[in-house]
Amino acid sequence: MPTVEIEGLIKRFGKEVAVAGIDLKIEQGEFVTLLGPSGCGKTTTLRCIAGLEHPDRGEIRIEGEPITSVEKNIFLSPEDRNLGMVFQSYAVWPHMTVFDNVAFGLKIRRMSRRETQEKTNKVLELVGLAHLAERYATKLSGGQRQRVALARAIVYSPRVVLFDEPLSNLDAKLREQMRIELVRLQHEVDITSIYVTHDQAEALVMSDRVVVMNEGLIQQIDNPEEIYAHPANAFVANFIGVANLMEGSFLSRLGEMGEAEFSAGAEAAPMRLRALGAESASASQRVILSLRPEDITLHLEAPSESVANVLLGQVVDTVYQGNFLNCQVLVGPHEIGVQMDHFVQLEPGQKVYLTFEPEHALLLTE
Amino acid sequence: MTNGENSNYLEIENLVKYFGEDRAVDGISFDIPEGKFLTLLGPSGCGKTTTLMCIAGLHKPNAGEIRVGGKLFTSMEKRIFLAPEKRDIGMVFQSYAIWPHMTVEQNISYPLEVRNFEPSEIEDRVMEVIRLVGLEDMVGKDATQLSGGQQQRTALARAIVCQPSLLLFDEPLSNLDLKLRERMRLELKRIQHEVGITSVYVTHDQAEALVMSDNIIVMSKGRIEQSGGPHAIYARPLNRYVSNFIGIANLIEGRVSRASNSGLSEIEISQEGEHISLPCLLGEGLNEGSEAVLSVRPENVHALRERPGGPSMEGEVIQTVFLGSYLDCRVQWGNFEWKVQAHPREHLREGDRVHIRLDADHTMAVLP
Repeated sequence: MPTVEIEGLIKRFGKEVAVAGIDLKIEQGEFVTLLGPSGCGKTTTLRCIAGLEHPDRGEIRIEGEPITSVEKNIFLSPEDRNLGMVFQSYAVWPHMTVFDNVAFGLKIRRMSRRETQEKTNKVLELVGLAHLAERYATKLSGGQRQRVALARAIVYSPRVVLFDEPLSNLDAKLREQMRIELVRLQHEVDITSIYVTHDQAEALVMSDRVVVMNEGLIQQIDNPEEIYAHPANAFVANFIGVANLMEGSFLSRLGEMGEAEFSAGAEAAPMRLRALGAESASASQRVILSLRPEDITLHLEAPSESVANVLLGQVVDTVYQGNFLNCQVLVGPHEIGVQMDHFVQLEPGQKVYLTFEPEHALLLTE
Repeated sequence: MTNGENSNYLEIENLVKYFGEDRAVDGISFDIPEGKFLTLLGPSGCGKTTTLMCIAGLHKPNAGEIRVGGKLFTSMEKRIFLAPEKRDIGMVFQSYAIWPHMTVEQNISYPLEVRNFEPSEIEDRVMEVIRLVGLEDMVGKDATQLSGGQQQRTALARAIVCQPSLLLFDEPLSNLDLKLRERMRLELKRIQHEVGITSVYVTHDQAEALVMSDNIIVMSKGRIEQSGGPHAIYARPLNRYVSNFIGIANLIEGRVSRASNSGLSEIEISQEGEHISLPCLLGEGLNEGSEAVLSVRPENVHALRERPGGPSMEGEVIQTVFLGSYLDCRVQWGNFEWKVQAHPREHLREGDRVHIRLDADHTMAVLP
C-alpha cells in the first residue's frame, strides 16, 4: 500500500483553479519533489496534504486511511494527521535552546520526561546538533537552524514529512551543502518526504521522483535522470535544465527515429534532422526539437557526408566558465546554445558546424 | 615615454602600500593594453582593493609608479601624486552610491553638469548611456524606486557618461542575488566591450573573473600569484594556491619522478602504500625529484568500469549528485577523494567499483 495517495484533487480560490485535478502515489521512504514555477499549484497541493486547505474535490489517504475526502465528508485536522513540516521560515523559537525547540513537540504530546529526553537526544545526534543542545536558537547559523527545524519535524516519528522550500533563504554555498545533507538524513531516517521547490537543480539533486507541475496539472512524474533525458513536453524540457527548442514540421518515421524539417533561414534549404520521439506524429504536423547544449558537438571543419544531423551556423558569443565553455551559435533563425567541456578559441562571426546524435534529441508534439 | 602601438595603457610598477606594519600591497607590477578588461582576484585581505584605491588616487602608496595613457598619475620616487578628481576615472562600487533624491536621468547627468557641458550635449550623452545600460523605461523614475540591478546599471551609466580614461569596479555585483548577478556579468562585459574603456575590476568571485575578464591577476598577501587569460589560469595554474582558488581541482601531494621539457613528465603519488606514477605536464619551477602537487580538474578525471590501458587507480564511488548536464561524483582511493565530473549516461552509482584515469594533457604537476 502506498504511504500517500492523492486522487482527483481539485482546489479553487474564487475563480482561479490552483490545483486542477491531480493523482499521485508515494511509496514508503520515497523522497518526492513537487516542482514548478510559482502559481503551478505545488504549494497548494502540499497545504491540502497538511490539512491547511480544504480542497474542492478529491481524496488524500495516508497508509490507506483517508485524511481528506470531499466526497466522503472526511477532514482530519492538521494536528491529527501525524505529519512533520519544515518551512522556509525556520519557525525556530529564539528564546528556547536547541533541545527545548526539538522537545517541544513531544512535551505538548504529553510524552514522559524520560522518553522526551531519549527521543530528543537521539534525533539531535542524528542531525549532528548534539553538541549544541544547550545553545539558544539565536546563536545558530542558518544551516544549524535548518537542522533544528528538521529535527523538530521528525522527532515524533511522523508518517510523512512535508517540506516547503526550506532551503531558499540560505546562501548559494550553504544551500548546495544542505541539499546533500538533507538527502543523507532522509535516507538515514527512511521517512517518506514530500518536498516543494521551484529550483530545478534542487529537485534533480535530492529526489527519488520529481513531479513537474504547471497550471495546476502534473506535466510529468519520473526519476530525475528520466525527466532530464526524456522530457514529456516542451514545458518540462525548458523548465528542467537548459534546452534548445526548435520548431519544425514532421516528415516521416525512420525506424526508431522521427525526421522533421526546420528552417535554416530564408536563403538556405531547410534542415532535415532526426531524433527520438513523436511516435504518433503525422506528416507536416508541427513538432518541437528539444536538444540539450551538452549533447551538441561543435566542429570547425565540415563533418563527413555520412553524419546525420549537421547544422551550419555562426558563432554569436562565447562565455568561458572554466569547466565549461558555453557558445551561442546562430543557425538560420535559431539561436542554439552549445556547452563544451574543453576549450576552443572561437570568434564572433566564425563559421561552425554542429552535430548531435539522433538518440540524444527528442521531437515533442506539444 | 614610450607609447608605441604595443605599449600598455595602464602601467603599474613596483607598487607598495603599508598600513602600519601590514604590507597590504607588497611590490606588484602589471599592465593592461588599451580597451582591455583586467580583474584583480583574491580573497579578502589580498591587496586587490588597496591596489584599486591607489589607482584611483584614494590611497597614497609608499612606493611605486602608476601611469595611465602615458600620463604619470603617481610616482613616489618623483614626488608626483595627481589628485583623484584630476585622474579622469569612472568608478562603480558595491554600494551603488547613487543619489536617492534624484531621478535616474539626474543621477546620470550630474557628472556632466558639474563639468559644465552644454545642455544639448548632456541630453545626447545621457540618452546614449541610458540606452547602453538598458534603462530606457526608467529615465524619470526616482532612484529609490529602482531594484538593486537597476541601481547598479544607473551607477555604471554615471561612471561612463563622461567617457573616462579608465573604469574601476570594486565588487559591483556582490550585493545582487545569484541569478541577477550571473546576468549582470554578461551585461557588464558587453557594455565594457561596446564603450571600449580600459577597466580594472576587483572581485573575490572566481566564476565572475573567468566569465568577464580579458586578463586575470590572482593575488594573495599583497603579491601576485599568477596573471594571464582566464583559460591559461584555469588550465595551467602555477601553484596549489591558484589551482585551488580558481574552479574546482583535485590536489594531491607527490614528487616529480620524471621531468621532460618537450613531452610529458611524470609525477608519483601515493595512498596507503600504493605508489603510482602518472603522466602530466610539468609546471614552472619544477625539476626531477621536486616536491610537487598534482592538479587536475574534475572534468579531466574519468571513472571507468573497465581497467583502462595505462596507469589507473581503483576506487569506490561514494557520492553521486545528478545535476542534469553532468554527474558530480566522489571516488574514494585510499584516503583521497577524487572529484569526478561524469556523464549521466555512464550511470555511476554509489558503491560501484571504478578505475580512475586522468587526461595526461590536462594533468599538471605544480609548485606546492
